[in-house]
Amino acid sequence: MSALSDLLRLDIASARKGLADKQFTARELTEAYLAAADDARALNGFITETPEQALVDADAADARLQAGTAAAITGMPIAQKDLFCTKGIRTTAASKILGDFKPEYESTVSGKLKADGAVLLGKANLDEFAMGSANITSAFGPVTNPWTPEGAATPLTPGGSSGGSAALVAAGAAIAATGTDTGGSIRQPAALCGVVGMKPTYGRCSRWGVLAFASSLDQPGPITRSVRDAAIMLGSMAGHDPKDSTSATAAPVDFEAALAGGVKGMRVGVPREYRADGMHAEIDALWQEGIEMAKAAGAEIVDVSLPMTKMALPAYYIVALAEASSNLARYDGVRYCAREDGADLTEMYSNTRGTGFGEEVRRRILIGTYVLSAGYYDAYYKQAQKVRTLIANDFNTVFNDVDVLLTPTTPSAAFAAGDVDDPVAMYMNDIFTVPASMAGLPGISVPAGLSADGLPLGLQIIGKPFDEASVLRMGQAIEDAAGFDKTPRLLAGAKP
Amino acid sequence: MSLDRDTVADIARLARINVADSELDSLAGELSQILNWVEQLNSVDTKGVEPLVGVGTAMAPLRQDVVNDGGQADAVVSNAPDAVGPYFGVPKVIE
Repeated sequence: MSALSDLLRLDIASARKGLADKQFTARELTEAYLAAADDARALNGFITETPEQALVDADAADARLQAGTAAAITGMPIAQKDLFCTKGIRTTAASKILGDFKPEYESTVSGKLKADGAVLLGKANLDEFAMGSANITSAFGPVTNPWTPEGAATPLTPGGSSGGSAALVAAGAAIAATGTDTGGSIRQPAALCGVVGMKPTYGRCSRWGVLAFASSLDQPGPITRSVRDAAIMLGSMAGHDPKDSTSATAAPVDFEAALAGGVKGMRVGVPREYRADGMHAEIDALWQEGIEMAKAAGAEIVDVSLPMTKMALPAYYIVALAEASSNLARYDGVRYCAREDGADLTEMYSNTRGTGFGEEVRRRILIGTYVLSAGYYDAYYKQAQKVRTLIANDFNTVFNDVDVLLTPTTPSAAFAAGDVDDPVAMYMNDIFTVPASMAGLPGISVPAGLSADGLPLGLQIIGKPFDEASVLRMGQAIEDAAGFDKTPRLLAGAKP
Repeated sequence: MSLDRDTVADIARLARINVADSELDSLAGELSQILNWVEQLNSVDTKGVEPLVGVGTAMAPLRQDVVNDGGQADAVVSNAPDAVGPYFGVPKVIE
């Protein structure tokens, strides 16, 4: 392995030490990533690359390191999911309807990372408007999972919607990336790509400047190579923002320092309803291994019940799609770049939206419009919101007794695009991640083993509101015990 | 609930999304499949349960009623497909 590709294998914590010890500069680290850009391109991980910006950021980072004013994430070459508005840099949401949209402002979260000295490599591919679980709805083409086996007829998907982010981090084409999670869009692709993905508590990270999908559920979070990195990056992303009225005023936490607490005596709930009918044997086996790992680390395992689990997914698809239909009404051909002319104003709206949105987004807007329409509002939308209350109550009850919950992240390993052929079957990918989303709880996916086919599988830890610290600690315990050190076949910089 | 093509056309009109006639039947099938699946929610007894609008948003925060931003008309219209000075241009509405 060359020195260049050695740099590409470091996580944030190790790279931070290398920079502090002057083993290499931020510019050298960034140049290593830019030199591997062809490999990222082969995965279609980026929608927009920003190499010039990256070098400017890297030099600024070196100046800060020199001056002794570096933050934990200074000089780290990252990708931003292309759902975060970046000032002056094209932001697409992987949709045609935004055309050549160049935001006049920076999202709070990307701005915080920038202010802490992170280096921007580019904008990561995603499902259109974050709607999907395989990154196949992007108007800029699908992303290839770097774990795709040699000679596969169809590439494996990286999961979604933060598929570009997860694939880039797994392949060594970005040291870390931002994602957003509405029903599993950080945790599911992280699991399918063998990396760590964390959805913080709803409100922990500001949504300001993040193109909205479902406002009561959307939450930014990190995708990283280690649990420690997730803690470091979350520390930079989190915090109250007056520009987002749902942003939490919870006191700031040193998430990295919280890792030191360990899990001895922690009570870990295992929800029996997650053992859904027809659970894949190897997913069940991985779950059992995770339970043993938690026990061996000194945690106490408690059998718990979340009776509403089965209803979380259908309730989610009503709530999320209703909110989406409302949020996406703003793409009207007047304000954001793309416009298709028509005979009058209404026809211009319809033509613009008819050609601008892809099939899955169109389907979701139509369902959302229907469940909010006169005569159906109570039967669908209100009923779903009531079920949401019951789901949240379930979690409140079990969290009287346990500190965290341990479950699988996904019902299967990575799949090829054609393997899942109808919308409802695709929605099933989020069966284990959606319940925590509905209750606004923090969750992390940690790679914990390989499937029989040699593909990564993840375990999920769910915690109490604003108790990311316990989630991260248990995540680290699983990470330490699993010792997952496998790398995918398609690795950036691996070729001589 | 099974949707017919006329209902789909009506929803599409409400959503201001132009859908070709040739797509109405297949869309009706897809949307019906999703609606049939979510209808399992009707089996849940929600009598006396309050709907959850959002988590952690019981109280909307208040702020001082002061002007804290503005004067950025050029930035606001910078991405508009038909900006006319500091205005959004749209097709003629009044005949």
